[in-house]
Amino acid sequence: MKFGVVRFPGSCDDVDALRAAELVGEAELLWHADRDLHGVDAVIVPGGFSYGDYLRAGAIARFAPVMESVAEFAREGGLVLGICNGFQVLCEARLLPGALLPNVSLRFVFRQVELAVARAEGPFTGACEPGERLSIPVKHTTGRFYAPDDQLDALDASGQVLLRYAPGHNPNGSLRDIAGICNEQGNVLGLMPHPEHAVDPLTGSIDGLKIFASMRVHLDDRVLAF
Amino acid sequence: MRARVLVRPKAGILDPQGQAVERALPALGFTGVSNVHVGRLIELDVEDPAQLPQMCEALLANPLIEDYEIVADGPS
Repeated sequence: MKFGVVRFPGSCDDVDALRAAELVGEAELLWHADRDLHGVDAVIVPGGFSYGDYLRAGAIARFAPVMESVAEFAREGGLVLGICNGFQVLCEARLLPGALLPNVSLRFVFRQVELAVARAEGPFTGACEPGERLSIPVKHTTGRFYAPDDQLDALDASGQVLLRYAPGHNPNGSLRDIAGICNEQGNVLGLMPHPEHAVDPLTGSIDGLKIFASMRVHLDDRVLAF
Repeated sequence: MRARVLVRPKAGILDPQGQAVERALPALGFTGVSNVHVGRLIELDVEDPAQLPQMCEALLANPLIEDYEIVADGPS
């Protein structure tokens, strides 16, 4: 199975995402100006500062030619993972509910955080144990997840919150400690922490691999089911 | 037409930038200031001002988190 990693002008975590994906499958870069997704089985929208974060983080990238194809791919049930700036892009593209606001501290945060797996099933967290803690780094200035109260209630009720910051680890003031949410259909995940930076013992944790491995297992199962 | 679009954080959403400015003013001796919010100003010439609301909804503002106000400034 093959992952496609989008590269926008200003992406900076595309190479790490590519490398992480290559640990569980094949992977190639997708250029922002190219509508062709090259037949990939899953798309990763990586971190960085797409289009300089001008106006609002993710606001311009949403209109990149590749994003039209990514949106269509998502509507057809394709797996899409948005990490950090990728999460912001997916929210701006309305592929995910909510928005990311400046951190309450107004500062760039860069640290290892503990995540609690709120739902250990489905395409992105199926390889995790219920209640498992993942140690994964965050690095962002605009990561405070916001949605109106009624939308937050709906997210909780439908089990769309897959990852929360463990108590005491919320680095940005995200409402209800939300670190990662999926869409209603469950095939699009956005998260602020960087699983692609936690795949090698050299950098202290390999917990991020669980996200990529979950995607791999999910896609393999889907193939077997046919 | 010359126009300005004023974009503000929606009421009720925590605005740490506004709070930071509000806290900084008394430190400079300015008192009696409250309810400070920091937004964004977009100035533009438009041929068809009727398109401005759509521009705001689609790109200039994020309606989930921001309110916008369109101010017409007359001929460009």
